[in-house]
Amino acid sequence: MRPGSPASVLPSPGVAAVSAPDMRTASALTAARLALARDLQLAFRRPSQLVQPLAFFAIVTLLFPLAISPELSRLKFVAPGVLWAAALLASLLALEFLFRDDASDGTLEQYALSGQSLTGLMFAKTVAHWLLTGLPLALTAPLAAVSLGAPATAMPGVLLAVAVGTVPLSLIGSIGAALTLGMKRSGALLSLLTLPLSLPVLIFGARATQLAIGGASILAPVELLGALAVLAVTLAPLAAAAAVRISLE
Amino acid sequence: MPDERLSVENLHLWRGDSHVLRGVHFTLERGACLEVRGSNGAGKTSLLRTLCGLMYPEEGRILWNGVDVRRDLAAFHSQLAYLGHEPPLKADLSARENLHYWIGVRRPLASAELDSALARVGAGSWSRRLVRTLSAGQRRRVALAALALLTVPLWILDEPTTNLDTEGQQLVGELLSQQLARGGIVVAAVHQGLPSAVREIRRLELAA
Repeated sequence: MRPGSPASVLPSPGVAAVSAPDMRTASALTAARLALARDLQLAFRRPSQLVQPLAFFAIVTLLFPLAISPELSRLKFVAPGVLWAAALLASLLALEFLFRDDASDGTLEQYALSGQSLTGLMFAKTVAHWLLTGLPLALTAPLAAVSLGAPATAMPGVLLAVAVGTVPLSLIGSIGAALTLGMKRSGALLSLLTLPLSLPVLIFGARATQLAIGGASILAPVELLGALAVLAVTLAPLAAAAAVRISLE
Repeated sequence: MPDERLSVENLHLWRGDSHVLRGVHFTLERGACLEVRGSNGAGKTSLLRTLCGLMYPEEGRILWNGVDVRRDLAAFHSQLAYLGHEPPLKADLSARENLHYWIGVRRPLASAELDSALARVGAGSWSRRLVRTLSAGQRRRVALAALALLTVPLWILDEPTTNLDTEGQQLVGELLSQQLARGGIVVAAVHQGLPSAVREIRRLELAA
């Protein structure tokens, strides 16, 4: 189709004055949904990046029986700590890529200039990050727990604790990832920024896992993890958006 | 479209130790095109990014319809389209998917509209190929399709004709003429000058 043919989007110069341009804007929800769908589609085009944190998590948890002792009764004691330290590091591993590509190809710039709330778009990106790392980790963690000697009855509790706990991990990480955007090799600084803030998650998460393995109620620590998640949902996207704006200057 | 006006008052910008913009001021009414020229490092891109509100000037104001753009950046951004040096495309998505997300975040976009914009820039046959397999000129054409879909009052373009063949440059000229005929405003940083299809260009020369 050549320019100016009837089906082309813009009217040809002669008739331009009579046609009103389309000035509607997309709703904030549509914008966030598209940003989320885009990140998911991109991730499935490059599955290696998707598998990496999971493989890391699986390998770390499988190394402990080799290093400590294959005796399940002893492994059971270290299982909560092992699971959560591994989950924390695996989630960190994927963070570096959260904004990196979008910053280098100009996507973040277009997001910042889209007229949409950058906070909403950052939240959508973080949700995508959780769906791609937190959720798979939560689904793998019960299996890892059983391989470390936890009873099968502990599996639902472990799944719940990791699923809830990785939400604040992704969100806290998004602040760190946005703050280190201007740097070439940000890995070390990113962990220095993110890990101290993630300690409450580690503590309550490990406690919940410990209680689940012991067969007790995990309600209290999971509620605290939920509170951390709510706090992170309300504050982290704001901070990440502000950090992204600074990086664009 | 109501009467649009972009005014820049006494803009001063420092980048580290260098005083990049030294008191830039101009006013553009509807249908006006400003061509920003200057040697490499003269601050063309800095000026455009400051106009967009991405960079903060040390001194001076940017007014859109008489209101400081800092007062409501999101509202100002919904009125402008910015194309930087590199088209903001994802290598792992096709040209069509890239536009679907890029434009869709900004405004409702019908599938037919998307296809005809792609056809218009000559991308009909390769719009479903991954961007990583496209040439630099083809990527630039995808960015032009995005511009054609963003019928907002203000276009801020950084070297819009880079990497384009003669036909592609004509296309830029056509797009710009239509934007101006609609009453839109264009600010473009260029090296070689804008395509001749655009008449009545105002020029701003930045000294290095």
